[in-house]
Amino acid sequence: MTDRKRSPARPRAARRAGFTAFLCAMGFLLLLFVMTPFLWLFVSSLSERRDLISVPLRFPPGPMSLARYAAVFGPGVGGIAKAFEYALLNSLIVAALVTAVGLVVGSLASYSFARLRFAFKDKLLYALLFTYMIPPIVIVLPLYVGISALGLLDRKATLVFVYLSMTIPFIVWVMRSYFGSISRSFEEAALIDGCSRLQTLRYIYVPMARPGLIATGILAFLLSWDEFFFSLIFTSSLAAKTIPVAIAEFTGKNTVDYGMISTGGVIASIPPLLIAVFFQKYIVMGMTGGGNKE
Amino acid sequence: MTPRLPYSRGKGGRGRGGEGDLSEQGFAFLLLTPAAVLILTVILAPLLVTFAYTLIDMNLLSSAKGRFTGLAAYAAVLGSSWFRESLGRTLYFTFVSLAVEVGLGLLMALLLAESFPGVKLLRALVILPWAIPTNVSGALWKWILHPDYGALNALLSWLGLIRHYHAWLGEPWLAMNMIILADVWKMAPYSAIFFLASLQFINKSLYEAARIDGAGALKRFRYVTFPHLVPTLLVVAVMRSMEKFKAFDLFYIMTKGGPANGTKVLTYDAYLRGFDNLDYSTAAAISYVIAFMVLGFTIIYLRLGRQEDIND
Repeated sequence: MTDRKRSPARPRAARRAGFTAFLCAMGFLLLLFVMTPFLWLFVSSLSERRDLISVPLRFPPGPMSLARYAAVFGPGVGGIAKAFEYALLNSLIVAALVTAVGLVVGSLASYSFARLRFAFKDKLLYALLFTYMIPPIVIVLPLYVGISALGLLDRKATLVFVYLSMTIPFIVWVMRSYFGSISRSFEEAALIDGCSRLQTLRYIYVPMARPGLIATGILAFLLSWDEFFFSLIFTSSLAAKTIPVAIAEFTGKNTVDYGMISTGGVIASIPPLLIAVFFQKYIVMGMTGGGNKE
Repeated sequence: MTPRLPYSRGKGGRGRGGEGDLSEQGFAFLLLTPAAVLILTVILAPLLVTFAYTLIDMNLLSSAKGRFTGLAAYAAVLGSSWFRESLGRTLYFTFVSLAVEVGLGLLMALLLAESFPGVKLLRALVILPWAIPTNVSGALWKWILHPDYGALNALLSWLGLIRHYHAWLGEPWLAMNMIILADVWKMAPYSAIFFLASLQFINKSLYEAARIDGAGALKRFRYVTFPHLVPTLLVVAVMRSMEKFKAFDLFYIMTKGGPANGTKVLTYDAYLRGFDNLDYSTAAAISYVIAFMVLGFTIIYLRLGRQEDIND
């Protein structure tokens, strides 16, 4: 009450300035909370080992170098650095294949759900959503038994196959509504011009649903990049081990080289960080495009 | 309703000139085949086999391996004290981290919805923890929380807040809360993005009306912002609790279920019993209990989603 009586007396601009200062302060705190841990990882990847294990901690940190990054990408054999190099390559191959194959297979199925009539359509769609919710732990034992019986353990192709089954339901779920939102008149015109259904998918639906394909493709990539549980169980050597497994392995050792793990962590974060920056443009575009009514 | 189209023209007419509906259906199933084969072999078949594991003795070290045991594995799991303890820890992790994450995400979104210098950059940066792989964030927090060389101990003692270094991951309850911290750090931005998107759709004139009626900032939040956010809040809460309930990665990398089983959640317990003890039956039974609880979340999720899902 008193506040309301007094408020007209206080200049509105001053109150506004005070509020802005408060927002800036909160924003700075948020920035610290969000960025500091990762910056610390980066600093650790550059710092010398003796600075990392000094008590009390040396701050500001001592001399820095890119030596560990050079060890990962440079020539050389063996050691954690090389393990990270192989694991990164494995992750990249697996995630790229899952994204590419997932988008193709997923688009075919999404088109079916969006445009064709067939028996049990709704039931199949819900079954698909249901598979997306199944926790990995519930299927891992028989998968492990089956995969090892077939001699397919420790292969990148096995991971691709397993990750595809995790990403496709999601791709279909999202792409179905994207395809569904495209006007049928485009397809009709193309059909009259002599296109086959597959050609309309290729030349009408895919180009028009590009934002959706990019968004789902990105999420499929990130999901494969981040996946740990199956990779932990199905891979054992550098032939197929992905980066989350390499990081877990070196973090679990008795003598942990945190400098090297930090380096691996920073490198492993670069692809998803870059993607997040670009992906965000899509999100923000959608938000400001639809919601700004001022 | 759009007019029905001939199945296919050109390219030799794949429909074999048959009845429109039949070939449309055939074509649909053809397109679905690759996805269906994948999901059947990788998900649905193993799902059934896991169920079979719960009904027969699949302890690989047992002398009675292969004997039909009915629902004994479930009875053993549900009746045991270790299961109740793991379930309790799972529920603690799920709901405490959910509350903190959603609360923090909401505050972040409210802040980011305002306009002040630098907010655009902040909006872009805030999502970055979400992009960092879970295991990297696990390793990162394990390093920050290190009992001897960790940055947190150094920072807190430099600030004078602690007198001696703490083993943050060395005591059961503390370790669990530190995993919650790591999870919240990574995922609160994710919740915030959802809330922020929803906030953009609030009708600004409602605020004006509320202001004219004399509502202060808190009342405007209570009667305008919050009711608007409730549907998003529910969807995020259900979606995230499903994920949290089956969480594994952070527990593996940060504590391996320790110390003194203090962070042994259900999924981690099932993993240990399956791959360390080779007791497939018990592991499978725990997994099915997890699956049914996640199914419960899914049903809630579908109920919530039904109002919002736009069919074509």
